[in-house]
Amino acid sequence: MPLNIQFNGETRTLDAAMTVAALIAELPLAGKRFAVERNGEIVPKSQLANVEIRDGDRLEIVIAVGGG
Amino acid sequence: MSRNTEKLIIAGKQYTSRLLVGTGKYRDFNETRDAIVMSGAEIVTVAIRRVNIGQNANEPSLLEILPPSKFTILPNTGGCYNAKEAVRTLRLARELLDGHALVKLEVLADDATLFPNMPETMIAAKELVADGFQVMVYCTDDPIQAKMLEEIGCVAVMPLASLIGSGMGILNPWNLEIILDRATVPVLVDAGIGTASDAAVAMEMGCDAVLMNTAIAKAKNPVLMAGAMKKAVEAGREAYLAGRMAKKVYQGSASSPAEGKIS
Repeated sequence: MPLNIQFNGETRTLDAAMTVAALIAELPLAGKRFAVERNGEIVPKSQLANVEIRDGDRLEIVIAVGGG
Repeated sequence: MSRNTEKLIIAGKQYTSRLLVGTGKYRDFNETRDAIVMSGAEIVTVAIRRVNIGQNANEPSLLEILPPSKFTILPNTGGCYNAKEAVRTLRLARELLDGHALVKLEVLADDATLFPNMPETMIAAKELVADGFQVMVYCTDDPIQAKMLEEIGCVAVMPLASLIGSGMGILNPWNLEIILDRATVPVLVDAGIGTASDAAVAMEMGCDAVLMNTAIAKAKNPVLMAGAMKKAVEAGREAYLAGRMAKKVYQGSASSPAEGKIS
């Protein structure tokens, strides 16, 4: 069953259920610091592999960038 | 005054450098790193943004250039226009930085002036302090509101010298004097510094530190300006501690002796 999610403000369709950690593994984040919010709540790093993405989830993945 | 210590102390932690710098607006990461190393800053601000999904995984990230093991990373809420966005951003920052509590709160009111929205800043400050954050807060130079932020529990108040990125220097030294006179937490001038003399003036007035970004990043030679700012902050601090001579408005005072002249 494909899932429709909002990922960093854009609609994205996942072919199958996966964990947040599995989604992150597809991103250019290896070895980098990031943080994840799901439906407005922080997902702690220790929980990324345990949290299943559900249809309609709103995910935000952020990094640190230059700023003042 | 309890603020007047040899080293800068923010939320119980000592820092040698009294210059805090932003990491935005540089040409590339090499320039960012070179300028920040030259500035001698120990605390550097960063913004929190959505990851660019199309980015090359081999490109270094800012925190690889400026590792948290070497710098105190101060996440900001730049671009936030209400308390809710600001609190949410800093919770993400805390997770990103493994529980790091020291943050820079700035809630903007309008995108032309980037003036602080003080009511929303107060709401966010209360919520963040209650949640265990150590809040350094960007604010107007209104002494009453600066004191309110201190009473909320902010660990430093950071009034603007002039508008963010304007380089106009300290436009209201009188208000800043009142804030300095009353505050018991560190007072930093944040925003509006244009060149080295502006930073020196802030420090001579008794500011505990200065936070700047554009003045360095948008100088023609950012690395050279970073060094100039380091010296200006140090010179201004030493002049403040030394205590300047009294001004004599109407009468000169010769430095050479009046006796023993040849005629």
